[in-house]
Amino acid sequence: MATQALPETLAHVPEGAADTPDIRLVELRKSYGDVVAVDGVDLEIAPGEFFTLLGPSGSGKTTTLRLIAGFERPDSGRVELHGRDVTRVAPYERDVNTVFQDYALFPHMTVGENVGYGLRVKGVPRRERRGRVDEVLRIVRLPGYADRKPVQLSGGQRQRVALARALVNSPRVLLLDEPLGALDLKLRQEMQVELKRIQREVSDIGITFVYVTHDQEEALTMSDRLAVFNAGRIEQIGAPEEVYERPATEFVAGFIGVSNVIERDGRRFTVRPEKINILDAGDDATTGDTVETGRVRNVVYVGMFTRYTVELDTGGELTVVKQNLESSPRDTLEATGKRVRLEWRPEHTYAIDPGGRA
Amino acid sequence: METRATRIGLSAWTVLVVLFLWLPLILIAIYAFNESNIQSWPIPGWTTHWFSVAWNDPDVRSSFWLSIKVGLIATGIALLFGSMAAFAIHRFRFFGRESVSFLLLLPIALPGIITGMALNSFYVFAGISFSIWTIVIGHATFCVVVVYNNVLARLRRTSTSLLEASMDLGADGWQTFRFVVWPVLSTALVAGGLLAFALSFDEVIVTTFTAGAQTTLPIFILDNLRQGQQFPIINVIAFTVILLTIIPVTVAQRLTRDTGVLRRGTAAGAAAQSGEITTV
Repeated sequence: MATQALPETLAHVPEGAADTPDIRLVELRKSYGDVVAVDGVDLEIAPGEFFTLLGPSGSGKTTTLRLIAGFERPDSGRVELHGRDVTRVAPYERDVNTVFQDYALFPHMTVGENVGYGLRVKGVPRRERRGRVDEVLRIVRLPGYADRKPVQLSGGQRQRVALARALVNSPRVLLLDEPLGALDLKLRQEMQVELKRIQREVSDIGITFVYVTHDQEEALTMSDRLAVFNAGRIEQIGAPEEVYERPATEFVAGFIGVSNVIERDGRRFTVRPEKINILDAGDDATTGDTVETGRVRNVVYVGMFTRYTVELDTGGELTVVKQNLESSPRDTLEATGKRVRLEWRPEHTYAIDPGGRA
Repeated sequence: METRATRIGLSAWTVLVVLFLWLPLILIAIYAFNESNIQSWPIPGWTTHWFSVAWNDPDVRSSFWLSIKVGLIATGIALLFGSMAAFAIHRFRFFGRESVSFLLLLPIALPGIITGMALNSFYVFAGISFSIWTIVIGHATFCVVVVYNNVLARLRRTSTSLLEASMDLGADGWQTFRFVVWPVLSTALVAGGLLAFALSFDEVIVTTFTAGAQTTLPIFILDNLRQGQQFPIINVIAFTVILLTIIPVTVAQRLTRDTGVLRRGTAAGAAAQSGEITTV
């Protein structure tokens, strides 16, 4: 029951790897009246990266995206695209394109006209436009839809048109504002795979994806790196496994996955639920592991796995996830109220920033 | 489940209501071709004689043109101010916004006789002599509302992200207006304008107070009806106005039927799509 020395894992925030980042945000601030939406955001995104801005609603992720697109002007700070300061540059003069949450397809235009709009306002000749529109519609798997109207399409198809309309301009940066938010689960999962495929497919022109979502699973599956937003600030930047395995703050620990934070000897640390083992009655703990005892307060059977909430004798609560390899649903549900011993390896615990940054 | 009896009953009732609405109009239409200048049933014979009489009557002509002119000018003013007001109310949050909105809507709710009286007193008080413009101002008070309401409703149904999307795709302010704002709003403007014109064209009460000695078409009809003269000419005018009204009202209805989206195949939809933007 002794708490062993916790490895001090510092949140490692990698700086932009490439010489010139595609996007660089410096001390960005934006407020609406009394509400501070973005409160000092610094960020570097490398060319070709799939970068996700993750956070709950109102955390400033969408405002940050809109600042990059140019729909909003920051109160202070700087937005740089490919090394050029664009803080005061209008949206139509920035080499970025946006996929809107509500798609924002022009209702009076056909799919082809929608997709070709960006080329048209830039004065690309009609014949060339046609060819490129057809090509992009093929990439998003909507060939032959050019003459339909947006109202005749399903949600998933509109999503693809919105994507095609942005991609046709071959932007260096594609901004996606919760693009899959309006789709049902199955379609969303399909489109997640699609988006990654599309990014690979068009990667010869090196498109950087900046993706806004509140869905942590989406962020973990799709991103090369991600930034976790809370109350207008970035709590942590890192690769998915980094942010998941080693959350830097209590907020990150709680927002991504389950908040498994306990305090021992005045230090707060977190351990992921799937790293904890429930010892059977006669079993000995593995040498070197941390062992704590407690009582099972709650059991939730989730099909593939079961989630236990264990009240620890030394204070605090831990969630433990166990795959249902052999146990039957009845066994697991009967576990409520029983006393258990929990075991985990010390290297799976991570100290967290006590106050968080919020 | 509705029984056979209720079905028949409902159909009969529907027919009655439609007849109630249309029979007087049909009667007028028939009388317009009445050979006799006395309204009696059945009509003794058919003629188109009264059409040429009406056409050549200088009073009919002048009142008809006055009504058209007033209608067009009032509609023009309504389109300008109505859409400007709608833009302002939709786009900005400012002090007194609710009051402005209320004041715009008030004239259509206010009885015409009050509007008319008030304007009349004001003109007299300010020493403004009656002219086509005094009528136009009277009509504009309620025509502005119609356009304002139509445009505001359309703006509210139109997502602001459409404008952002346009700018995001490289269109500057003018291109965004030309390719996105105008096509989306134009049908609302046409519908609002047609309604405004229709309202102005048959207005009697406010006009009575603001016209002075001038005669618009509805006032001409009223005067002659009251004096019991020239029934055949009035019938001809009424018949013509019915025909002229059906057209714009039908068009306006078709244009506003859909939620902010141009219908495929309507004349205006085709017009809005014409130009280079049709083909990519």
